Amino acid sequence: MNAKAIVVTSGKGGVGKTTTTANVGAALAMQGEKVAVVDTDVGLRNLDVVMGLEGRVVYDLIDVFEGQCKLKQALIRDKRVENLYLIAASQTKDKSSLSERRMQETVRLLLDEEGFDRVLIDSPAGIESGFQTAASAATGALVVVNPEVSSVRDADRIIGLLEAREVTEVRLIINRLRPEMVKRGDMLEVDDVLEILGVKLIGIVPEDERILISTNLGAPASLDETNKAGGEFRNVARRIRGEEVPYLALDSQTGGLLGGLRRLFGGR
Amino acid sequence: MFGLFRRKRSKDHLKERLKLVLSYDRAKLTPGKMEDLKAELLDVIGKYFPADESEYDVKLEQHGDRMVMIANLPVKG
Repeated sequence: MNAKAIVVTSGKGGVGKTTTTANVGAALAMQGEKVAVVDTDVGLRNLDVVMGLEGRVVYDLIDVFEGQCKLKQALIRDKRVENLYLIAASQTKDKSSLSERRMQETVRLLLDEEGFDRVLIDSPAGIESGFQTAASAATGALVVVNPEVSSVRDADRIIGLLEAREVTEVRLIINRLRPEMVKRGDMLEVDDVLEILGVKLIGIVPEDERILISTNLGAPASLDETNKAGGEFRNVARRIRGEEVPYLALDSQTGGLLGGLRRLFGGR
Repeated sequence: MFGLFRRKRSKDHLKERLKLVLSYDRAKLTPGKMEDLKAELLDVIGKYFPADESEYDVKLEQHGDRMVMIANLPVKG
């Protein structure tokens, strides 16, 4: 993806936005990029706990917006990997503190002055001001969707809103896919979701309890090279960086490996 | 085993329902409004051709990037 500022969004809550932001952000940093992950879910911040950095939050995004601190002071460095930083959302302020102009300015400073290669912006659920603020500073988007009815419908709405905002590089992450249910015909498969939503794929993440376990521990799965569950998030990071990485051949997926290869070479 | 083939898989139901609801969402049209449109269309067509209401079918379909309204209005011979 050419976009340096990428919003992670979904419309519906609880589909894995924050987990995706933490894992893809960590993976990008491990692959050598200088990355800032920014939580814009004001009042309901969670990226700090998912990354295990909650104990080190002093200043947050709203403090930056309001001039209470310098941008550098709100950047919390993740000590487990080079060049990974978090800006937390405010837990106490309300959404009226958000400002599209200040968000755009903050992201510009991160990229132009602080030398970041990539800024991942974790959007709140919904389509209101929080999402709008998050999207306002982005030129690319990772839309996280679960293969179920309300998530797909909400993703479609979000994709429409992103297009209206001229966020041009929109990519889809299908999260929490359950291969055994796909095999029985009780869950939409990857091609169904792509056909319905009509956007390009960038990741297929099977449901895996190890993701939840790593989140319990505050250590994104993608940080641990031995954790296979983090593998697809690492693949998403590589695809963002422009590498062609074949998709996992889910054995229950119709097409299997061939489908994967087809997607890799022609596909969407 | 054969039951598996006879049974329509739940994801096929879901896919059809999603395609339909998204076509309305994208067109910013409620299914109720669509019924109004259909009724009005029938009135107009009925002035010129004898028609059988039960055979009228008006729906939205996604054709690539475009939303298309398909009206199938058989005319009585």
